Amino acid sequence: MKSSKFKGWLYLLPAILFLGIFMVYPLIDVMIYSVEEGYNFVSQTSDGYGLFNYSYVLHDPYFLQAVKNTFLIVVITVPLSTGFALLVALALNSIQKLRNLFQTVYFLPYVTNTLAVGLVFMILFKPTAYTDGMVNLLIQFFGGEGVDFIEGPYWAKMFVMCFYTIWVVLPFKVLILTSALASVNQDYYNAAKIDGTSKGRIFRRITLPMISPMLFYLIITGFIGAFKAYSDEVALFGTDLNGAGMNTIVGYVYDMLYGTAGGYPSYASAAAIILFVIVLTITCINLMVSKKTVHY
Amino acid sequence: MRSDTQKTYAEIERSARTRRRIGKILTYTFLVFWGLMVLFPFYWMVLTSFKSTGAYNAEFVPKFYTLSPTLENYAEAFTAVPLAKYFLNTVIFTLATTGIMLVVIILAAYAFAKLEFKGKNLVFTLFLALMMIPGELVVITNYVTITNWNMRNTFWGLILPSVTSVFYIYLLKENFAQVSDDLYKAARIDGCTDLGFLLKVMVPICRPTIVTVIILKVIECWNSYVWPRLITTDQNYFLVSNGIQQIRESGFGRDNIPAMMAAVVVISVPLVVLFLIFHKKIMEGVSRGGTKG
Repeated sequence: MKSSKFKGWLYLLPAILFLGIFMVYPLIDVMIYSVEEGYNFVSQTSDGYGLFNYSYVLHDPYFLQAVKNTFLIVVITVPLSTGFALLVALALNSIQKLRNLFQTVYFLPYVTNTLAVGLVFMILFKPTAYTDGMVNLLIQFFGGEGVDFIEGPYWAKMFVMCFYTIWVVLPFKVLILTSALASVNQDYYNAAKIDGTSKGRIFRRITLPMISPMLFYLIITGFIGAFKAYSDEVALFGTDLNGAGMNTIVGYVYDMLYGTAGGYPSYASAAAIILFVIVLTITCINLMVSKKTVHY
Repeated sequence: MRSDTQKTYAEIERSARTRRRIGKILTYTFLVFWGLMVLFPFYWMVLTSFKSTGAYNAEFVPKFYTLSPTLENYAEAFTAVPLAKYFLNTVIFTLATTGIMLVVIILAAYAFAKLEFKGKNLVFTLFLALMMIPGELVVITNYVTITNWNMRNTFWGLILPSVTSVFYIYLLKENFAQVSDDLYKAARIDGCTDLGFLLKVMVPICRPTIVTVIILKVIECWNSYVWPRLITTDQNYFLVSNGIQQIRESGFGRDNIPAMMAAVVVISVPLVVLFLIFHKKIMEGVSRGGTKG
């Protein structure tokens, strides 16, 4: 049995090696980067240590714009997508015929390349020299005034951004909520029916508490996901997100690292750590709220 | 309450039925509406890809059908940029990453589930702690590491950072742990080696979980964009996501939208086909172990 002592480590070796090089080491390294001042990527030297990188990032108008955009996306899309997903899941749960078909169709966006489908959204929303675009024609048909959703005013860009984000995240949420609803014990509903409980009351007193763990799971992962928004923005507005005024925090990190304004791993690190702190804080708040309200 | 008691039973029954029917109609209308919202972009992309460029540009009000479908956009998409090459790169990247990852995580999950060694629980806890680390935090150093190793614009540079996943190790370990220890002891007494037991007994028993992991990883690989964008500047190593982005920004996507849509259709087809075949499996897998959004 002596050999098995090493055998365990031997089996773990590849995982430890890869995690060590690409997870643990970078984690330490990124903290060092973020406090190295005047780091030069080519010579890999720095002037010393300090908090200048953080102060630079926090005063960078592009970063502040990115923070504003990210918070707007989070605040708008998380409640809307979760609420709408709940509505869809409730509707799905109340029917028998065609339920599987609807479920399958609703899930389709999950498996598609968001970058590719984002381009379809772009051409639907964007006026060109030849056409005002599908959506604008619809708006004009109902008597409204068309607007360039891709290169136009900020609110229009934010609208299409949030709309697309919700479209992308909905499949996952609908799937989770539909299975959560289906797993609620039918006895509760039957008992409530015999007691003549109203539908609203059944929803508030039975359905909501029973699915609340899943609902909170979705809200927490939704927050985390929305804070990391990036490739959906690229799909709609292209890689020059700063130019479009639609950058996100993650986008800022990547732009600092690479791209036209790139080559500043120190600034990128500082921004990434700021993002991590924000996400951690919000997640902790979420967990605290859920402890108080979720019924397990 | 009084008016209710004055109604006959048949009246109450009838009004309840009408209400139920209206509710049902409303529910179905809502579901069909959202179904159309989901499918419309897909329909639009396929439709546009079959319209000729001239016809597309001539339609101020876009038509919802085309009477003269053409394949010229597909020809254009494949010749104007090395789309077939991007496609092949993505297939290689997806298969290699998934394959290597499977070896790594199966070995690790087995060690955690069945082997006894000092420090196992501590290592497992450390592994779980790593799950909280967002990829955005480590991508910076990984970019520098890969650059220092001269692995930019190589397949290894694309593949190596994404061949482990703590989450999948955890998922698989839970499943492995359910396999009875008696089976393990019996096999050992019969002279079966650990590796033999793993390959001949554990993997077949836990196949459903492994298939789930494979499917999730394949989807992730096919759609990955950020890391490949950082690490490849040479078109010969572009993946489909980077290819499509480049087409849009500096390629023919600027003025030839039907051709761009043809490219979009081409890169979307593999996963949609995969989904149509395995939709049950995929949806099961995602509800068990997926995170997104």
